[in-house]
Amino acid sequence: MSLNNIKLFIKNKKALFGAVILLLLLLVAIFAPLIAPYSPHQVDFAPSLPPSSTHLLGTTSLGQDIFSQVIWGTRLTLLVGFVTGVITSIIAIMVGLIAGYFGGWIDDLLSMITNVFLVIPGLPLMIILAAYITVKSVVPIIFVISVTGWAWGARVLRSQMITLKSRDFVKAAHVVGEHPLRIILFDIFPNMLGLIVANFFGAALYAVLSEAGLAFLGLGNVNAITWGTILYWAQNNQALLLGQWQWMAVPGMLIAILGTSFALLNFAVDEISNPKLRR
Amino acid sequence: MRYLLRRLGFLLFTGWAALSINFILPHLMPGDPAQVMIAKFQGRLNPQALKALSDAFGLTADKSLFVKYLEYWQRIFSGDLGFSLTYYPAKVTEVLADAIPWTIGLVGLGTIIAFTLGTLLGIISAWKRNSPLADILVPTALFFNSIPYFWLSLLMLYLLAYQLEWFPLGGGFDVFAIMGIWDKVGSIVYHAILPLTTIVITAMGGWLLTMRNNMMSVLADDYIIFARAKGLSDRRIKYKYAARNAILPSFTGFSMALGFVIGGSLLTEVVFSYPGLGYILYQSVISLDYPLMQAIFLFISLAVLLANFMADFIYAILDPRVKEGGE
Repeated sequence: MSLNNIKLFIKNKKALFGAVILLLLLLVAIFAPLIAPYSPHQVDFAPSLPPSSTHLLGTTSLGQDIFSQVIWGTRLTLLVGFVTGVITSIIAIMVGLIAGYFGGWIDDLLSMITNVFLVIPGLPLMIILAAYITVKSVVPIIFVISVTGWAWGARVLRSQMITLKSRDFVKAAHVVGEHPLRIILFDIFPNMLGLIVANFFGAALYAVLSEAGLAFLGLGNVNAITWGTILYWAQNNQALLLGQWQWMAVPGMLIAILGTSFALLNFAVDEISNPKLRR
Repeated sequence: MRYLLRRLGFLLFTGWAALSINFILPHLMPGDPAQVMIAKFQGRLNPQALKALSDAFGLTADKSLFVKYLEYWQRIFSGDLGFSLTYYPAKVTEVLADAIPWTIGLVGLGTIIAFTLGTLLGIISAWKRNSPLADILVPTALFFNSIPYFWLSLLMLYLLAYQLEWFPLGGGFDVFAIMGIWDKVGSIVYHAILPLTTIVITAMGGWLLTMRNNMMSVLADDYIIFARAKGLSDRRIKYKYAARNAILPSFTGFSMALGFVIGGSLLTEVVFSYPGLGYILYQSVISLDYPLMQAIFLFISLAVLLANFMADFIYAILDPRVKEGGE
């Protein structure tokens, strides 16, 4: 990312908006102990209270403060999104760059594997995987989402690699006799940074939505506090039928907002690194 | 022809891979799933069900993994997928057969409507860029694309079915009424409206964005500028020149999108108690009905592979270049 790109990034309304939302949520996650009035596990309030000044979002059927749960839930939800995004990106970068750079049978093999993972539907596979594993923390969930989610990025990066490989500056580096690893890391990689960043945000969006879906089905660790598990408990205690609609509405809306910020950043970075999409 | 043969080869290969993953997963997991289940269902399952269970996992004899693998294929080709534990004594294939039409109807119709609407809006948003309407379309699409399917389903169910009582609270049709054929069709349509709307709303955004970006790239190409210079009508440039070329990448991205829609529909079905595959997958997961779970995964994978093959087929018709070879 050159200085010019950073300027473009700030001028891009979508990028700025997405970054501001993400920053706000990050601050909430970091300062959760200061913002949340109670511990998210504390159960000594009256159950099913409506929203009030002492309990902004009311209490759960077990008598936990929903607002505190939502605030603390920001941490684990963001963590799952980021860590999964990073792992997914690393797999995608390795597979995509190696396949695209070396070509030949290596490319054939890796592309075949990529295409298989691209075509096998993610959520059913995740459900099956999560059902077999005993889930005691978020680690297996991160694993399950990463395993099923890397293929799209690998495919995009591979085709970008193939385009860049035929550029003159890469050919020149080749002729000079530079080591392939050096060419990949120092000549090609910087030119793909935009695409990689865009891909990371796409993967993070996928991770957050998948985590919520799995948690909702009761396949996550339902005792860890994420926005997904809050929704799971809300649904299992029939929050909507008991008139506790805010228990359901707020965490879901926050997932959508976090997802939108990832999506905005994904879209904007794509727009900045691909001049054809601007204008 | 070469292109289609290659796609067919890929179809067979991915089919083999998906079925093998389906076989190998329970064997990779720590502990023996059959033992875990037998312990879990102790006293609740009758001897036949236990027998079916141990057959399904090849528990009976100490066979090698490879022999079990061959037997697995044998069972698939003979269409014998064992007994469901949740719906015992129903066979897995019978449970599947009841659920499949519901899901295919819902996902199929949802995908077609979302694809058509999203693509059309994508064309508009690229064509009229910098107009307020088109500018608002992109962030809106990004937002709807980020909503959890099941959450939107729950809210719609609560507002439109529970509060306003405009729609039924769930199910595929009214099971208690005695109806003629047309009343039944009406009842099915009535029950499908809410789940279908959820799927269309959340799936549409992705198609809109794909189409918009493709369209933007195409509009920058020389032949569009030339078409303008020739004085062709806007309408002709928009649909015959730009959109026709821009729609092609939508088909290559089909596999990924379809995977998303299916995942989302499964959750939507759970919320609406819609009697399709998602609902029985959920039932099988909460009651650890491994044979049924495996069979559903098997069917969904094969259906997606086939749908992809069809998308490739349409792609070849739309873009004659791929038939001649090359990517």
